[in-house]
Amino acid sequence: MAKKKNKNTNLLGKPLKILNIGLEKFSKELKEDKTPVTQLDWKPPAGGDRELAKLLSKLGI
Amino acid sequence: MELIEKANQEAIRRMLSADPILIDVLYAKDVMPNLKDKMVLHAGPPISWDRMCGPMKGAIAGIAVFEGWASNLEEAFKIAAGGEITFDSNHHHDAVGPMTGITTRSQPILVVENLVAGNRSYCAINEGLGKVMRFGGNDSEVLERLTWIRDVLGPSMGKALRELGGLELKPLIARGLSMGDEMHQRNVACSGSVLRALAGAMAKTAHNFKSLSEALTFIGSNDQFHLNIAMAMGKSIMDPVCDIEGSSVVTAMARNGTDFGIRVSGTGDEWFTAPVEMPEGLYFAGFTEADANPDMGDSTIIETIGLGGFAMGAAPAVAGFVGAGAASDAANYTRLMGEICVSANPEWTIPALDYLGVPTGIDVRLVVDTGIAPTINTGIAHREPGLGQVGAGVVRAPLACFEKAVRRLAEKLGVK
Repeated sequence: MAKKKNKNTNLLGKPLKILNIGLEKFSKELKEDKTPVTQLDWKPPAGGDRELAKLLSKLGI
Repeated sequence: MELIEKANQEAIRRMLSADPILIDVLYAKDVMPNLKDKMVLHAGPPISWDRMCGPMKGAIAGIAVFEGWASNLEEAFKIAAGGEITFDSNHHHDAVGPMTGITTRSQPILVVENLVAGNRSYCAINEGLGKVMRFGGNDSEVLERLTWIRDVLGPSMGKALRELGGLELKPLIARGLSMGDEMHQRNVACSGSVLRALAGAMAKTAHNFKSLSEALTFIGSNDQFHLNIAMAMGKSIMDPVCDIEGSSVVTAMARNGTDFGIRVSGTGDEWFTAPVEMPEGLYFAGFTEADANPDMGDSTIIETIGLGGFAMGAAPAVAGFVGAGAASDAANYTRLMGEICVSANPEWTIPALDYLGVPTGIDVRLVVDTGIAPTINTGIAHREPGLGQVGAGVVRAPLACFEKAVRRLAEKLGVK
């Protein structure tokens, strides 16, 4: 069976190199489309709790 | 914050300079002065009878019969529920215990002394796998084994350790890491090393060769025999780290089957608790997740010192056993735990990771900031009393404990 071509290209016509941060769902869809993608496991500091993140920054983080 | 960084460096210095030695096996009543008659020490933070899980209640009923406080299990449940037995955390008595973690006066106790700080820590002897008291087992088979441990194995080990002048534990762990143990769910190499170290002295001090044969066979056939030794060692390493002003390093993680609790150096002996989580893992034939009890035991002291789930990279074989993925995934667990620790242990290294030291000194600030919860390798007990172990798995420490600890630490430091 012939390989599915990577249809996602940038304006210069070259294949895209994609870094996806956060939600893994986006990288999965790109992978299914045979587009090379690197998934970065990232979460907002303190799970997005601003008060806790502020406290952590005062505690040296 | 400079105060915290300095305090944490002191915490790491105390952890890494510890020199734990298994010096003896003695009866709990002789080494734990505050352990009274009709008192049961259990795993995890303090808990009342009405909030205890099934296996914890089952183990308490069993130990009540073992100690002679009740003539049968039915009577034992009645006196426990009626307030005749008092309960307290092992951690409040310099002790730890796996799973239900039951400790009472008649039990022989492993004694580990940290020669640098001069403190001693205790843990009961490992009973083996399957239907055992630490997993809530309480039938005659369980009680007969406990009686044999009390009357034969414990005294035999004590004599051998006194003959040897103790057993150094840090080099034993270092060797175990290079032989595929992570010391929580895989203790095959370390248990073998303990047998090798003790066998000669046990033979030399034995008076009854049948008993000697039974004792050596028991140790040699129990792959988890070393777990309880490692736990007492962990407690002896972490207790001197308590109470360093400003330190955000975790000094204990423990579960009672209902609550998960942590203690942090800079906040002293205060517990920060949250509901325990359910382990994800693999079950023995005939059992499923529906049979499982939530997370339980003081054995998380192993992860607190950088072993267990933190040293998964040393033990790829355990990744499959606890359902943590492929053997090749094991290294990722160790690297991930490095993200939430202050340092690494240069004496406990993992050959397959180019001799990377195990992650050391869990920092509550880093746990909360990253959202990366400590990974724990654990056994799984049946949720009903009396049925024992049904599997093994991986569980995450609840983040809520760490968030509470961060807030309390900030409060103590006057940070708003």
